[in-house]
Amino acid sequence: MKVVLENLTKIFPSRDKKAGKEVVAVNDFNFEIPDGKLIGLLGPSGCGKSTTLYMISGLQKPTSGKIFFGDDDVTELSTENRGIGLVFQNYALYPHMTVKQNILFPLQNLKGKDKLPKQEMLERAYEAARLVQIDDLMDRKPSELSGGQQQRVAIARALVKMPRVLLLDEPLSNLDARLRLQTREEIRRIQKETGITTVFVTHDQEEAMSISDMIVVMKLGVVQQIGAPQDVYDDPGNLFVAKFLGTPPINVLEGTVQDGKVYIGEDAVLNITGVEDQDVYIGIRPEGLEPAADGALVCHLNSLEVMGRDSSVVCTNEASLNPVIRAIINSDIKIDAASDVVRFDVKPHKFFLFNKETEERIRYEVN
Amino acid sequence: MVESKHQWKAWLYLLPAIVLLLVFTVYPIFNTVRISLLEEYGAMAEMGLDEGEYFNFGLGNYEKVLQYKDFILCLKNTAILCVATVPISTILALLIAVALNSIKPLQKTLQTIFFLPYVTNSIAIGMVFAAMFNIVDYNAENILNSQSLGIINNVIQFFGGNPISWINQGSSYMANITVMIVYIVWNALPFKILILLGGLQSINKQYYDAAKVDGTPKWRVLTRVTVPLLSPMLAYVIITGFIGGFKEYSSIVGIFGDKMGPAHDPGLLNTMVGFVYDSIEKDRQGLASAAALILFGIILVVTLINNYVIKKRVHY
Repeated sequence: MKVVLENLTKIFPSRDKKAGKEVVAVNDFNFEIPDGKLIGLLGPSGCGKSTTLYMISGLQKPTSGKIFFGDDDVTELSTENRGIGLVFQNYALYPHMTVKQNILFPLQNLKGKDKLPKQEMLERAYEAARLVQIDDLMDRKPSELSGGQQQRVAIARALVKMPRVLLLDEPLSNLDARLRLQTREEIRRIQKETGITTVFVTHDQEEAMSISDMIVVMKLGVVQQIGAPQDVYDDPGNLFVAKFLGTPPINVLEGTVQDGKVYIGEDAVLNITGVEDQDVYIGIRPEGLEPAADGALVCHLNSLEVMGRDSSVVCTNEASLNPVIRAIINSDIKIDAASDVVRFDVKPHKFFLFNKETEERIRYEVN
Repeated sequence: MVESKHQWKAWLYLLPAIVLLLVFTVYPIFNTVRISLLEEYGAMAEMGLDEGEYFNFGLGNYEKVLQYKDFILCLKNTAILCVATVPISTILALLIAVALNSIKPLQKTLQTIFFLPYVTNSIAIGMVFAAMFNIVDYNAENILNSQSLGIINNVIQFFGGNPISWINQGSSYMANITVMIVYIVWNALPFKILILLGGLQSINKQYYDAAKVDGTPKWRVLTRVTVPLLSPMLAYVIITGFIGGFKEYSSIVGIFGDKMGPAHDPGLLNTMVGFVYDSIEKDRQGLASAAALILFGIILVVTLINNYVIKKRVHY
């Protein structure tokens, strides 16, 4: 089931009528989620990603705009009639019911022609439980389960009705680091097996990048960029997206373009064409800096962190907007740790220019 | 742990509370037990004792209390009031709390209105209730010729019914008990609503969102989600309700005065606590102590049963 969001906008009225301004939580969101894909809504807190999810679920009404499931306009449809499964951030499992009762609960609410015989309900519940591999925990109470197991129960409960769309609100935020890795693979597997169009919300870019077919990066209610994770990483549309994706984060420096050369301080680091002379922000991915004896960019070396396969060169430059500049290099490349200075060449496809006012990307060609 | 060097300080700070508790709680409890075991004990009688005379030690007071017709009546009244009012007031309080919790405008105002009876003197409320159920300018020959019949009877008449003598001369036991139940339920509501509303507001909204996503009908949300999640509060309200019910006394005084019954049959609505007070007034502290301890025993047993039942129902 594809999901189409058309000019979706949500405005929260201000709580204090005299003083307050209204809050535009989601501003003119347009997106067509292809059928059977896993989509990550990504952004810092307060960017409107959860609001978007809750509007798709029907728990919140959009101020304007439309939502389609397939060709059905569901904008005015109430939550229970949309055929969605929703997994809440803290799972919202009923603490007084066993796992089995929790999973059965949505089925027991079905009325009229949808009503199922008891036996079939049980079969469906066990089927959903097997899918998330908790069928041996059916008689436990949620309080007797680990966080990861509770998460699975919540997913099973959302899946048991065979929803058209599965929505997950920060599905991994309550899990510890190890479980997070495991569970995100699990979500990927379950989504692949069921083929249900799935939207999940996260503030963790690594999480979104690792499992999504597509990611939507949002900021202050406005969609910044939509695309496959690698494409967005390799080709960020503006400075915010470039900064938000990637660990360690991108190095941002101030620079100028003059006579077809990009300058960082006094150093001309790259020859380009197609850009007028101007002051710019420069974004360089940590893997885009290559140490070279006669490299163009001169930095003051702070320390060298060896991580086995890679090394991390920590250095400073006056033009840098981050406290330090970080370069990730292959550990075969030897750096003289005793030296004060380290010189880099830059890889053009990891080197982005941004307009200083709009922070939009400036495209250039390498000369 | 307090360091042992400074332990005397801790005890010093605790001293005022401990002294008060010892004098006014611990000592009276032991003394009650002692007096209840002294046959025929009375304060006046004790003063009249000659040197070397003493009260016999035994269970005579308990036997006497249980043989008293009055005591059995008090026990019956107390039990009826408890069994009738606790479930009614709990269910009503639950429904009102759920309704209050689901409305936005005027919630605070209504909450205050519902809470007002709690801060009002129960004797005063009782007198107002008595007036509502009363027949002013009572004409014994023909009740319909009475000048004013009280609000309740006015309402009954408005709907074409015959006025009932609720609490006056010639009123029936059923009518008396009905008035008491209405009054006690009304009086018990505010506290229960307050507790249950507090409980409701602490339930995570996500449970309701989850129920909504699953298309749960309202009634099922109440019975399958709200009530179980509220069960610790409900348990508290029920247990304290029973304990309060067994101590019922001032409500009867409020409506019937200290005669504890309608004019033609004083004492008809007396309760266990009323019996204890009466016995003290008659200088039969031995009986009073025994009755108080029997009341304690009953409350203990009822609470244990409550706890047992609730443990099976309150789970999480």
